[in-house]
Amino acid sequence: MAEIRLVRETLPPAGPARRHLISISDLTRDDVERLLATARSFESALEREMKKLPTLRGRTIVNLFFESSTRTSSSFELAAKRLSADVMSVKAAGSSIDKGESLKDTALTLDAYGPDVIVIRHPHIGAPQLVAVVTRAHVVNAGDGKHQHPTQALLDLYAIEQELGRIEGVHVAIVGDVLHSRVARSNVQALVLCGARVTLVGPPTLLPRGIEAMGCETSTSIDAIRDADVVYVLRMQRERMEAGEAYVPSLREYTERWGVTPERLRPGQKVMHPGPMNRGVEIDARVADAQDALIVTQVRAGLVVRMAVLYDLLTHGPVAVEAAVAEEVA
Amino acid sequence: MLFVREAPRDDLVVRGARVLDPAEGIDALLDVRVDGGVIVGIGEPLETNAHRVVDGTGLVLAPAFVDPHVHLRTPGREDEETIASGTRAAAAGGYCAILAMPNTEPVVDSAAVLGALVEQAHAEAEVPVGFLAAISKGQQGGELTEMAELADAGAAGFSDDGRPVAAAGLMRRAFQYNAITGRRIAVHCEEPTLSREGQMHEGAVSAELGFAGYPSVAESLMVGRDLGIAAYERQPIHLLHLSARESVELLRRAQADGIEATGEATPHHLCLTDEAVRTLDPNLKMNPPLRASEDRAALIEALRDGTIAAVATDHAPHAEHEKEVPFEEAPFGVTGLETAFAALNTHLVEPGLIGLETLLVRMSAGPARIFGLEPPRIALGAPANLVLLDTEATWRVERDRFRSRSANSWLLGATLKGAVRLTVAGGRVVHEAATP
Repeated sequence: MAEIRLVRETLPPAGPARRHLISISDLTRDDVERLLATARSFESALEREMKKLPTLRGRTIVNLFFESSTRTSSSFELAAKRLSADVMSVKAAGSSIDKGESLKDTALTLDAYGPDVIVIRHPHIGAPQLVAVVTRAHVVNAGDGKHQHPTQALLDLYAIEQELGRIEGVHVAIVGDVLHSRVARSNVQALVLCGARVTLVGPPTLLPRGIEAMGCETSTSIDAIRDADVVYVLRMQRERMEAGEAYVPSLREYTERWGVTPERLRPGQKVMHPGPMNRGVEIDARVADAQDALIVTQVRAGLVVRMAVLYDLLTHGPVAVEAAVAEEVA
Repeated sequence: MLFVREAPRDDLVVRGARVLDPAEGIDALLDVRVDGGVIVGIGEPLETNAHRVVDGTGLVLAPAFVDPHVHLRTPGREDEETIASGTRAAAAGGYCAILAMPNTEPVVDSAAVLGALVEQAHAEAEVPVGFLAAISKGQQGGELTEMAELADAGAAGFSDDGRPVAAAGLMRRAFQYNAITGRRIAVHCEEPTLSREGQMHEGAVSAELGFAGYPSVAESLMVGRDLGIAAYERQPIHLLHLSARESVELLRRAQADGIEATGEATPHHLCLTDEAVRTLDPNLKMNPPLRASEDRAALIEALRDGTIAAVATDHAPHAEHEKEVPFEEAPFGVTGLETAFAALNTHLVEPGLIGLETLLVRMSAGPARIFGLEPPRIALGAPANLVLLDTEATWRVERDRFRSRSANSWLLGATLKGAVRLTVAGGRVVHEAATP
């Protein structure tokens, strides 16, 4: 029999040429490094007294959130404001979405205002793709179902690089409910892209079959975190423990086996968490509050990284960001 | 068992085509003459008797296709497909007969609903159409339908397609009782507690994309169960839309053991793998899902060696607004009647994975025999069921070209090689196209 080729090559391209940030797989390593460098230059700019840059004056950014979110929505909003863009935030509750309006119609309505960027969070995989197809805006995925949360991964890279001085060769253990975690998927892709080593640790029922193909290792033993430079703790979602849905027999057993406690860590190991935390479940309070926890660093990184993403999308590719920032601030 | 709008039969001569009917052992450049819808001459050159002459130079004339698995959405969702539009789509795809599944609204689970469909088919079907009836009332998996009465009313077979018969006990009763109907039971194999919320094949791609997985074992477990029950009851069984390598292996073993088991595969499962889902295009969402390349290879091999005797489109029209949603919210199913031959010619015949002759048999005599229909053939005295194919023509699949009321094709925008130029169904010219 002849060789079986993928038919996909003959299918039309997935999306138009307009740039979006929907998945980490949209990015090259150069893209990631450029975004992190842009974020660094914004960080130094923000250390000045005048915290606002005129860079995106006159641009409109829409935050379209179909899921509750504190840190991501506030971070995008502040990032846009720091760049002097106009921001409009639309939440599902209290809007036409409550009245059964389809995502396509909501997107078309917002598109009529001519936004430059639509930032979308949605409980279902593929929502940002749809918005990218039906509107003229650049689309940033702020989390779609269990698929991707690319700005979270970028801010995590930023925090790791800031703390450890590099990403290449760093060993990151991601612990917990990998199966339901868009943060885990985005982080594995981003970390592997940048040369880090990644080990996924969790109960066998919460490690998706075939995930090793992404270039990571897996372990069902919490002992596997000992080797890591960074221990990244995922939120254990309580709704996954409901009757008939139980992926582990009890939260108690989960915490006992996979909870990240001071006893299970080596001195100097950095601890990260995307928030919101369940203290006493996936992460011991002493770990969350310790010196080596980068949780607040992550939140700060979120601001400058999201500024960098918005800036990068609207200035069309690599530019001499530092020069541009310096000029505009001056 | 097949119903069609009454209309005068046609006279015509197809001149100089490569006449290819592997079952009849014909492969030569010949003329074929049809008088009043019946093949009366095969030779060279034939008198035209003032019949219309179709130039077949450079084209292939073969027995027309039979699709054992389509959804006509009637009654209930006539916005998505009607008997008229679905049979026009079938004609454009080269089909001379199609069988419609009973998962409509209401379900075809009584002689009354079936009778209304038969009447409607007599009024508007362009191509002969048969109707399968449900195994269980409302396809709820609780009680058997009145299978004997449904068979008398013209049911072409029985299926709860769209959903599995979850309870093994009811499945067994259906096979037992079916002994008096003479029809075939066609099973949709899915263990629902394993497929659950699954959106796509469980494997490396679903792990990366974050979709809930629909594992191969959800299908093969039910294939094993139903083959076991059919064997025990000594009843024939047809396995719908096979997707997994393990299922194919079970079918092959059952056939070797002498069980009267048949299977079908769809163009999309034969052409695509789960890698395609990376585009998150809702037109790549179907049940069963696109599987891994080993599964695709096993399906192609089974189609080649005859373990899978039929290509079935599982033509499943959906309204545009229902598919223009995030992948996770989209309904399962894609259309296929108008693209089946071109897709398989492009992706299986052209790369040398399967011969044209084999494909033609699997699209025509293969499915016909499974459901006890007279196989279309190019023979003197046979009713004219013919398709004239241009295997070299290329064309682009575009939304506004479909005869189907729906355009949820996995091939939108793709360029295909192979086009249907003429379809004769039941002695009538039902489709003609100068260009693809």
